[in-house]
Amino acid sequence: MLSFKLGKTHVPHRKNTAGMQAVRMSAPNSVLIPMSQHIGAPAVVTVKPGDKVYVGTLIGEAQGYVSSPVHSSVSGVVKKIERFLQSSGRKCDAVLIESDGEMTIDPAIAPPKVTNFDEFSAAVRASGLVGLGGAGFPTAVKLDAEKKGVVRKIIINGAECEPYITSDTRTMLDDTDYIVKGIALLENYLSAEEIVFGIEKNKKECIEKLREVFSTDSKVRVDVMPDTYPQGAEKILIYNTTGLVVPEGALPADVGCVVMNVTSLAFLAKYMETGVPLVEKCLTVDGSAIKNPMNVIAPIGTSVEEIISFTGGYSEEAGKVLYGGPMMGVSMYSTSDPIFKNTNAIVAMNKRDAAPKMQRACIHCGRCVSACPMGLNPTLFAKSMKVEDSAERLDRLTEAKINLCIECGCCSFVCPSSRPLVETNRLAKADVRNLSAKK
Amino acid sequence: MNKLIVSSSPHIKSKDSTSRIMLDVLIALLPITVAGAIIFGLEALLVVGICVVSSVLSEFVFNIIVKKEQTVGDFSAAVTGLILALNLPARADAWWQCIIGSVFAIIVVKCLFGGLGCNFANPAATARVFLLISFTGALGGGNAPLYSSSPELVSGATPLEVLTSGGEMPSITDMLLGLRGGAIGETCIVAILIGFIYLVVRRVIHFETPLVFIATVFVLSLIVDNSFYIATYQILSGGLIFAAVFMVTDYVSTPITRSGKMIFAVGCGLITFLIRYYGNYPEGVSFSILLMNILSPYIEKLTSKRPLGGKKA
Ligand code: SF4
Ligand code: SF4
Repeated sequence: MLSFKLGKTHVPHRKNTAGMQAVRMSAPNSVLIPMSQHIGAPAVVTVKPGDKVYVGTLIGEAQGYVSSPVHSSVSGVVKKIERFLQSSGRKCDAVLIESDGEMTIDPAIAPPKVTNFDEFSAAVRASGLVGLGGAGFPTAVKLDAEKKGVVRKIIINGAECEPYITSDTRTMLDDTDYIVKGIALLENYLSAEEIVFGIEKNKKECIEKLREVFSTDSKVRVDVMPDTYPQGAEKILIYNTTGLVVPEGALPADVGCVVMNVTSLAFLAKYMETGVPLVEKCLTVDGSAIKNPMNVIAPIGTSVEEIISFTGGYSEEAGKVLYGGPMMGVSMYSTSDPIFKNTNAIVAMNKRDAAPKMQRACIHCGRCVSACPMGLNPTLFAKSMKVEDSAERLDRLTEAKINLCIECGCCSFVCPSSRPLVETNRLAKADVRNLSAKK
Repeated sequence: MNKLIVSSSPHIKSKDSTSRIMLDVLIALLPITVAGAIIFGLEALLVVGICVVSSVLSEFVFNIIVKKEQTVGDFSAAVTGLILALNLPARADAWWQCIIGSVFAIIVVKCLFGGLGCNFANPAATARVFLLISFTGALGGGNAPLYSSSPELVSGATPLEVLTSGGEMPSITDMLLGLRGGAIGETCIVAILIGFIYLVVRRVIHFETPLVFIATVFVLSLIVDNSFYIATYQILSGGLIFAAVFMVTDYVSTPITRSGKMIFAVGCGLITFLIRYYGNYPEGVSFSILLMNILSPYIEKLTSKRPLGGKKA
């Protein structure tokens, strides 16, 4: 195991809910399920208003290879199909379903029959599984690296490095059986020589439990990651567990790796047993404006507001509410918006925490440079963005490797002058995309 | 429903702030200022007061004139003023030179280049060099300490001058306590070390930067003179240790990378040594910092990290 590790930023842990088993929420009155909850083409709606649906009924068909199907998360009646504004600024179709409160599972659902990799891959695709750790990349597409015969190592991401979030911790503790079954599936259908769990050292219980259940499996290793941020970032995790570096513009599969989140893995095993697709999500509800922080299992498409009410509501007025953790989470316009497949937390911050910090000039202190796990110099991006001449700007941004920025947030977090570094990097990336397209 | 704030991630920030960092530097300079007042008398405090006030006022007025957002609240002007004052002898009769130095540091070296973070040269070092060149008579030399065991120093000659002319040096204890001629803040090594430890503990500076600078001068002097005694006095005298802790570690005018800062420190050490041994001035620290400031961007480029997975451009 490597002794030198990347990702050394000390962000607070605030894992208040680590000891709390998830509580299943009762059926919501209605759910709004967007067709784009993954990277790739949005699914296409297959139901119409008035249709009767069950838990697990297909309501959106995957479009193309990089896409994922979408299923109903409640039993009830389709009310309408509407346009939904995503936080990316794009719109997609969304299905509004009124629940009958029964949560009846679709009678047509049966466990998939899987005997070889192709059937396995098809089942994963049909399950609607996308990367639950964050970006929502369709899992089936990722696992198809097997077809090229390149998968040598599978890395199971249990780092959970974001403050507050403990839903993966609960999976590791409460669904250990499914993790064992999931590993058996991967061992059966993929040809990896090695399977490595990467878990932050603040999750002692998880590390001990997994080491115990896999003590007789020589292929499986549990690696302890430092409890500094961002251990869960894909490229950092790959480096810290295997020493491999994913080159610029390449995918993990290009260095023989597939990274999968622990909760995705546990879901996969459950799906193979029951055939119920991805329709509910365990998520952590926490933050300075939340009265009772807890882990909740909620149907996908439930409104954030309803989930927060279920936990007991706010302790004080919220100034900002996030999908995900405070380092990489996305702030939402309205809590009437639904949760998605890859929502692993709802963090509601009080007004004081949400208030913008005072910005000052960059003092060239170098904290952002030391903090960047990718070895970038964030001050260069900010400087380059001031260049008027677009050709030179493109050159400078490319030379400073803007596309390697993983938007982890370390630089902005450590900056004493509260420079909006990550925001600038996003603008710079968009700028580079536009300018390169024009070329 | 209340209106939610929508903003880019990350949504939390470390406790570090620029004004806190500057405040830490002021706190680290406090024991040195106190020591200066004890060693050189209340006149020292007068010089400190004049420099700090005129520095802060210069920035304040400049911002008003050019209609910029007020920045004196970040304390950086106060830091510059204090560092400059501690680089000057305790001679309140030269008050107008103190003012000129402060205005020069803030307006010419800092504000005209765009303010905090935009200046390429260290304001205090540049102002000191400026004063040295312009008024050699008044502010060039040192001041006699109020209490001293070495008769030589009554004249106000700095140990460096004594060392160069081959006279008798103050004892090591006197050197550490600061009972020797020199600028207000540069003589009391003990107080400077307290400031150094504070800054390292508060993670304001990396411990190695000052050490590398001091070690460079020590080693070069050892090689040339082949004497531990002289090498030790070389590093203890003049403003070397003060500059090592408070000026060579300046953020704005030094390379942003940690390795770059080390190269910067070696360069400063080398130039200081060359000036002291082969130049006309007994003191070379401020010059060396200024010269290395010019090289900073190149060192920074040279020492930039290779990004993870980045192909050579
Ligand atoms: S530059 Fe990008 S990768 Fe580096 S710390 Fe900032 S957000 Fe993270
Ligand atoms: S951390 Fe902030 S102040 Fe420091 S160099 Fe980076 S951008 Fe500048």
